[in-house]
Formats: sequence, C-alpha cells, structure tokens
Amino acid sequence: MSSSNLLSITTFIYGAAAFFYIAHLVFKKPLLGRLGTWTALFGVAGNVAGIVMRWVESYRLGIGHAPLSNMYESLVFFSGTIIIIYLVVERQYENRIMGAFATPIAFLAMAYASMSPNINDRIQPLVPALKSNWLIAHVITCFLGYAAFAIAFGMSLMYLFRQKDVEGKSSLIARFPKSQVLDELNHQMVMFGFLFLSVGIITGAVWANSAWGSYWSWDPKETWSLITWFIYATLLHARMVRGWYGKRIAYLSIIGFMAVLFTYFGVNLLPGLHSYGSV
Amino acid sequence: MSVKLTVVLLLSIAGTSILGTIVPQNEDPAAYFRAYGEFVYRLFDVLGIFDMYHSWWFQFLLLLLTINIVVCSIDRISATWKIVFVKNPSFNLSRFRNLSQKETFAGNHPPKALGKIYQPIVSKYFGYTRVEQTDQGLCIFAEKWRWTRLGVYAVHLSVILLLLGGLMGSLFGFEGFVNIPEGEKVDSIRIRNTGKIHYLGFEIKCEDFNISFYNNGAPKEYRSRLTIIEKDTPVYQKDIIVNDPLRYKGVNFFQSSYGKMPSNSTFKNETPATDPSGEITLNFTNRKSGASFRIKTVLGKPVDLSEGFGKFVIVEYIKAAEFRGQNIGEAYKGILTPTDGNPLDVLLPLHFPNFDRMRKGALVISVADQEAEAFNFGERSEQRYYTGLQVTKDPGVLVVYAGFIMMIIGCYITFFMSHQRVCIEIIKGKAKSRVIVTGTANKNKMGMQQRVKKLSEKLANL
Ligand code: HEM
Repeated sequence: MSSSNLLSITTFIYGAAAFFYIAHLVFKKPLLGRLGTWTALFGVAGNVAGIVMRWVESYRLGIGHAPLSNMYESLVFFSGTIIIIYLVVERQYENRIMGAFATPIAFLAMAYASMSPNINDRIQPLVPALKSNWLIAHVITCFLGYAAFAIAFGMSLMYLFRQKDVEGKSSLIARFPKSQVLDELNHQMVMFGFLFLSVGIITGAVWANSAWGSYWSWDPKETWSLITWFIYATLLHARMVRGWYGKRIAYLSIIGFMAVLFTYFGVNLLPGLHSYGSV
Repeated sequence: MSVKLTVVLLLSIAGTSILGTIVPQNEDPAAYFRAYGEFVYRLFDVLGIFDMYHSWWFQFLLLLLTINIVVCSIDRISATWKIVFVKNPSFNLSRFRNLSQKETFAGNHPPKALGKIYQPIVSKYFGYTRVEQTDQGLCIFAEKWRWTRLGVYAVHLSVILLLLGGLMGSLFGFEGFVNIPEGEKVDSIRIRNTGKIHYLGFEIKCEDFNISFYNNGAPKEYRSRLTIIEKDTPVYQKDIIVNDPLRYKGVNFFQSSYGKMPSNSTFKNETPATDPSGEITLNFTNRKSGASFRIKTVLGKPVDLSEGFGKFVIVEYIKAAEFRGQNIGEAYKGILTPTDGNPLDVLLPLHFPNFDRMRKGALVISVADQEAEAFNFGERSEQRYYTGLQVTKDPGVLVVYAGFIMMIIGCYITFFMSHQRVCIEIIKGKAKSRVIVTGTANKNKMGMQQRVKKLSEKLANL
C-alpha cells in the first residue's frame, strides 16, 4: 500500500469520526462519543503513518525530503494537527460535544486534499529554493497555528449557537459546554495559534532571508499572513485590554479564520506570480 | 493614543494591505495603463498604489502605529514597574478572604507548628514566601512570576525593533544584482529599481557555475563557485547554492539566476538570446493518447487546436521568467482557451520542455525548437554560463532578528505565564486547626484554581 492510499483511507476514518461525534451530539449516547474518540485516534495513527511512509517513499524515489512541500502535504499535516489538538482539548475538558465542530474541519481538509482535481498528490522533487530546514520549521509552525485557529473557529460557532438560544429551548444546544467554557477555549486556542503563527511568519522571514537576502518583500502570501496576524492581534487587545468577551470575540475569531483560509487558498487566485505555486 | 486607536490602526493597515495584494506591485507602467485605463491609472499613480507598501501614507500609518505603541507602553509601564519591582510584596489578606473559591481542610497541629511544616513545601512551588500573624492564627503568603507582567512590553518592544530594523535596512542597506560570466570578475553591482552602479570595494570572481536537473526537467541545484579578491589576492572562496549564500564584509551574495553566454562573443547583459518577434514552433502532446503535433505561430497570433482543445495564443516573451521564486530563464507566456472552459495562463520556459506537464492539463504544450538544446545541458564542453547573483547589504537584519526572538519569548510569557499568588490561612481551633487555601493570578484564572486545589491536596496529606 502506498502512502496516498493510506491517507485516502484516513480520510474515510476521519469522516466516520466526524459522523460519530455528530451522532453523539444528536442522540446523546455516550457510546457514540467514545466511538468518535477511538475512531479519531485510529485516524490520527493512519495520518501519522501516512506522513512517515510518504517521507520514506520520497527517499526511495531518490528525491528525499520531508513531506511538507506542497498543498497536498500541508493539508494532510493540517488535518492531523487539528485532530491531535482537539483530542488533547477533549481530554482536558472531558467533553465530547465539541468534537462535532472540530473533527469535520479535519475531515473536510483531508477530503479536499485527497479528492480535489486541483491538488496533486504525487511526490515531487524539491526545487532549489525549497531545500531548507527553515522550510520545515516554517510549515510545521504555520500549520500548528492554523489548526488551533480552526478549533477556535469551531468553538466560536458553538458559542454563537449557544447565544442564539439562551433559554435553552433546543435540547441539542443545551448539551453544548457552558458559554464561559467555550469563550475561554476560544481565547486559549487563539493565543496558542497566535504564538505559532508568529513563529511561522518569523521562520518564513528567516528562510526568505537565507534564500533571497530579504526577509520581507510584501508578496501577497506574506501580506495576507500579516493581515491575519493583525486580525488576531486585534482580538487579543480587545480581550486583554478592553475586556471584550463572548460574541464580539467569537465574531473576530471567525473573521480571523476566514483570513487564514484566504492566506492558504485564496492567495493563489490573486493576480501575480503565485498562480502555479502552492507551498 | 489608546488601544482603540491601536485597533483602528491595525485594522486599517490590514484593510489597505489587501489593496496591494489585488493590484500587482512594481510592474511596468505601460502594463498598468493597459489594464486599468487612463483615469484609474492616474489616480492609483498619485496615491502610490503601484508601490503602496512604500507610499507615504502607508509609511505614515506604520509610523502612527509605532508612536502609539511607544506612548501607550511608556504610559503603562511606570505603573507596572512599581508593581513588579517592590522589595516586600504586599498581600491583602481581606482580598484573599473574599475570594469565592476556597479549599479547606483540617490540620492536626496548632497554627505555628503547621506553618513550620508548610512553609518549605509552599516555598518549593512558589519561591517567595512570607509568614504573617493574623487575628486568628497565621497566614503564609507566597507568590511567583511577578516579572511576567512585563512580558507584553517585550512584545511591544519587539514590534518597535522590527520597524527600526526595517528602517535601518532601507536607509543604510542596498539590494542589487550582478551577472558574472564563468571565469570573470567584477568590482561593482547594479542597484535594483534605480539601476545605479554600486562599487563593492573588493572584487568577486565566478570560478564555475553548475546546474543540475531532476528527471522531469525541473531544476535541482544551481551552484556557483565564488572567490573574493582583495587587492589582487584571493581571500575567501565558497560554493554557493540557493539557500546558502556567501557573506563577506556585511555584503551577501545569493544565487538567484543564471544564463548562457552567447558562444564566442563578449558578454552582454541586455540582449535577449531569443528573438521574440520571430517564428515559434509549438509542440502539443495529448496527455492521454500520447499523440503530438506541431504548429508554427508568432507572438500574438492565436492558433486553433484540433480535437476540440480550443485556442492557444502566445501573449508575451519573458526574458527571465520566475517559477516559485526561481529564475527559470527565457519563457513564453500563453493563454489557453478550451472550447468549454475558462482561459488559463500557461508558462512555457524555453529550457524546460516538460515544464507544462506540471499543469496536468489534457494537452501538454512546449516550445519545440528548444528541446534538443535543453537535453544538452549536461554537456558543457563549449557552453559558457554566467551566474546571476542577488547582492544585498542589510545592517538592520540583526535588529530585526533580535525583535523576532524577543517577540516569541514575549508572546509566550504574555500568554502562558502569569503572576500567581496564594494565601494559606491557618486558623486556630479547639482541637484541630482549620486551613484555608486560596489563590489568584493575573491571567488564566481557571488554571489557577486547579493549582490551588492541587496545593491544598498536597498540604492536607502531609
Ligand atoms: C503591531 C502590534 C501591536 C501594537 C501596535 C500594540 C499596541 C498596543 C497598545 C497601544 C497598547 C496600550 C493600550 C492602552 O494603553 O490603552 C497595548 C496593550 C497591550 N498589548 Fe499590544 N500591541 C501590539 C502587539 C501586541 C501583541 C502581539 C500582544 C500579545 C502578546 C500584545 C499584548 C498587549 C497587552 C497584554 C496589552 C495590555 C498591556 C497593559 O495592560 O499594560 N500586543 N498594545
């Protein structure tokens, strides 16, 4: 079996995990929640194994490099990171309802990577500019940050649903974690994501400086990552200095994640030299 | 000067930055004129939109941001400073008593004895401890990480360092390029954008240039052997590749492009090796069937493709095309309009006939005449190359890097470390003492409750 096959199977496992978590939310059966957790764990194992296999395969092809060099590989890494961070949160907060809002994101990312005709899942050789250890540090930290923002996005959605139904008319929503917990988790995830996004932008700058001699050149991808950084910095100031919480923070977190998505996918649609590119 | 202004500034910088990602920056004025028409062109030109990140108004926003951050931080730091640097931190017993979350248990000794037992334990976790008499017994105060209140100023200082480093770079540094034929040396370079000549004060020689390819035609490595020469004496030699530059006296030489020397002629930087107005033979290969056909055309003349593949037209000759930031040499840019789809840009590098395979389209397009030449890359018997170097000097880099490190450390402290204080009150009872453990932190209050609980359990089990 090749790594691509294994990762395709992982996609279905993530789909199953998302299904169990949603069923758990709807039918209130603890067993379904536990199934969700175990399936997600199983999926992560497949995901990690897939990444390792892909790494080994690239060496077999004689073009060995860490599998973090293109859109496909970064999406695979992104999905795995979301699930791992989510599982840690689940364990700490002892709540499986959140899984219904976190695991589908990982599933969608993975499904997009495996199925989209625009995404090439072949192992490609590295062009000279990508041969740098800074690239590995850059991709890992950026996607750790993005994964945390993705979970913050899920928590913000839950928070807003909860606020829509304060009296608890819907029995579904009544099972969500308390508003305070969601708000706190959102904030924690944003802080975690912000730290890693900062490190991601910084390692990217150091890499650019070692390859081209300039650490910042206002290229659209760089600019959009800075825009994202500014949005989350705004959120953090609103929270830490102005004491904003709840709805307004949830909206900012959602806007921030939209900026993340644009940085990731949308930039390729902009006019410019990146039209072929996907790092 | 307030956080409100900060938010407004951050969001307006973010908002205006978007414009610069929609309007391509620093392109040829003629291209802008064609794309936007006269009115918009003039408007954008006046507003500096074509180089907006260096326009006066964008720099002004950055300056405002800096002033705002400096003024606000100075304003606030004096208050924080007083809290952080006190000899004897003061603890307010009634504030601890008023906390709603308390951990309580019974102790088997009188307060004084318990205090003696507890203090070393508490001190192990918190560092600073102090015992005070109270009306009902005694009280152990403890705290740690008071200094983390300064973390946010480290972050703000790092932002200032980044802007300062950037400013130093643009004032005292330069960014230029030079092409050196194999075996030759130069003592000056050209500054990018202005085209001015800049003398280095030493000479740099290109001993040798090598390029290698992967099987699919994509470049694998560019390598130049460079020697620095001071007063006719070689002083330093290094092979550079992309991502591993040569640094000498604050000047950095980066591998950025290469080219072929016209055989037996002197080196001319400006002449394109290919005549862009001439006839071009294109090779089309059906990806599925493998069948291929050739069509002759010229720049700007659309050709009809058989089998319902639509139309193809070459719109531009590029002397030094870029792919993922790499110079891939001469290329044509074309537009493929499938019969039932949207037009798409196709890049056809002259030296990489298989390049278009990466697009994964149904039809693979290449420039036919060049194939033979491309496969001859390995044979370098008579072919001479020149290496294209990006040359930079940026005395601000160290300041920027210091800012980077400071930002990471500062963010970590600000987000994940807090000034934690606990109070262990021991109240004298008839047979047993009552112990009440409470604690506060300036951040992450939920986490602090967990820590108080753990500490209390530890003490209760002694
Ligand atoms: C471009 C970046 C930044 C700018 C322009 C900026 C600006 C400011 C300003 C002007 C204040 C003071 C507000 C006032 O006194 O009313 C402030 C406070 C604060 N900022 Fe930032 N900041 C930036 C980045 C950051 C980052 C990355 C963090 C997170 C680590 C951060 C955390 C804080 C905190 C915690 C405060 C409250 C400080 C206090 O209570 O004394 N700032 N910021």
